[in-house]
Amino acid sequence: MAPVWLPARLDERRPETATARTLAFTVPGWPGHLAGQHVDVRLTADDGYQAVRSYSLAAPADGDRVELGVQPVPDGEVSPYLAAELPVGAEVELRGPLGNWFVWRPEQSAPVLLVAGGSGVVPLVAMVRAHRRIAARSRFHLLYSVRSPEDVWYGGLLADGDPRLDVRIVYTRRAPAGDGRAPGRITADDLDRGVTGLEPASPIYVCGPTAFVEAVADRLTELGRDPATIRTERFG
Amino acid sequence: MTSFSPGFHGRGRRLAERLPPGQYPTESFPVLSAGPTPKVPTEGWAFTVTTEHGETRSWSWDDMMALPQQETVHDIHCVTRWSKFDTRWRGVALDAFLDGVETEAEHVVVTSYGGYTTNLPLADLRGGRAWVAHTYDGFPLSPEHGGPARLLVPHLYLWKSAKWVRGLRLTLQDEPGFWESVGYHAYGDPWREQRTWGD
Repeated sequence: MAPVWLPARLDERRPETATARTLAFTVPGWPGHLAGQHVDVRLTADDGYQAVRSYSLAAPADGDRVELGVQPVPDGEVSPYLAAELPVGAEVELRGPLGNWFVWRPEQSAPVLLVAGGSGVVPLVAMVRAHRRIAARSRFHLLYSVRSPEDVWYGGLLADGDPRLDVRIVYTRRAPAGDGRAPGRITADDLDRGVTGLEPASPIYVCGPTAFVEAVADRLTELGRDPATIRTERFG
Repeated sequence: MTSFSPGFHGRGRRLAERLPPGQYPTESFPVLSAGPTPKVPTEGWAFTVTTEHGETRSWSWDDMMALPQQETVHDIHCVTRWSKFDTRWRGVALDAFLDGVETEAEHVVVTSYGGYTTNLPLADLRGGRAWVAHTYDGFPLSPEHGGPARLLVPHLYLWKSAKWVRGLRLTLQDEPGFWESVGYHAYGDPWREQRTWGD
């Protein structure tokens, strides 16, 4: 069955950073989804003109509630409207879920490495949340690259001490006091630490800007990870 | 007056005739790939056509470059909804590889270095509508965009234009490729918005 367009009412908009927002919608008839999937969002202007963009789902399936992460793109046609203008209580249209490859399924039992660049953390945090719902003993490792401490999404969730989640944040421009790592892009060393604790067949999910994903995936294959275990999602 | 997205104005209406439904124009060239980018040297590169009888023909990089080269300009359309106008490519029309191949097959599985596959009707690769492209906008095609060579089938969504192409397998039955197995449409005509199963 092809996904159909469904009306989606904005219930809540929460800040994640100074500009990034989580948008929570109620979508009657939502069919559910897997962590890592995305949706198409359709906006319609008064003259009937429509614009569609894809956004990652930020939380696992939860009835008719759907959460998206939106990082407004300067001069963007859709993201600034979603991040700042769409009134709470108003509707857009959603189509999904989409993407059956960049997904984590609860029956997966191996430990997992997630590597996020900037807003690429959104589909990965959906996997973190899905993993929390089940009684798995496998650990999740999240390596998260951001410019500076103010750019961290989901800071509370990632710092809440879940023993099955190992979080390491890498700052590229400015680190918080006492971080112990000089600011800079993710290195082979960072990734080498990230893959410690994985099994040979453990899946690695990498999401972020194209240059970030290219660099990380190259380093991971150089470290000897099987390319078939590395799943990527790129934007920009 | 719509009940959706109050206060949304949007832009880009003047491009309406040139954009397939549900697409937006971009100036950049986004990269969509399911995994790491394979690094494929031109030394040792080969493009192989395999018929349903298992007969093969192969071209080395130099063989391919010795075939008639074409400059071709197209609008390209990605299922993730961006379209890019007037992209300029250089490569070899698939007709040059398929000429004289004896086959009853009506379907093709395109194979790539790195393991990617995609399926399409053989007819869509004939008639000057598809190329093995090695040059983009005057420069060698970069690895993240499918270099050293990718398939270019601009009349279908871009996932059919397999990056890092290594061959064609002609088949009697239609066999779903990588994305076609996980939800994408078997044919993928952007003008009919054939994005996913059932579209």
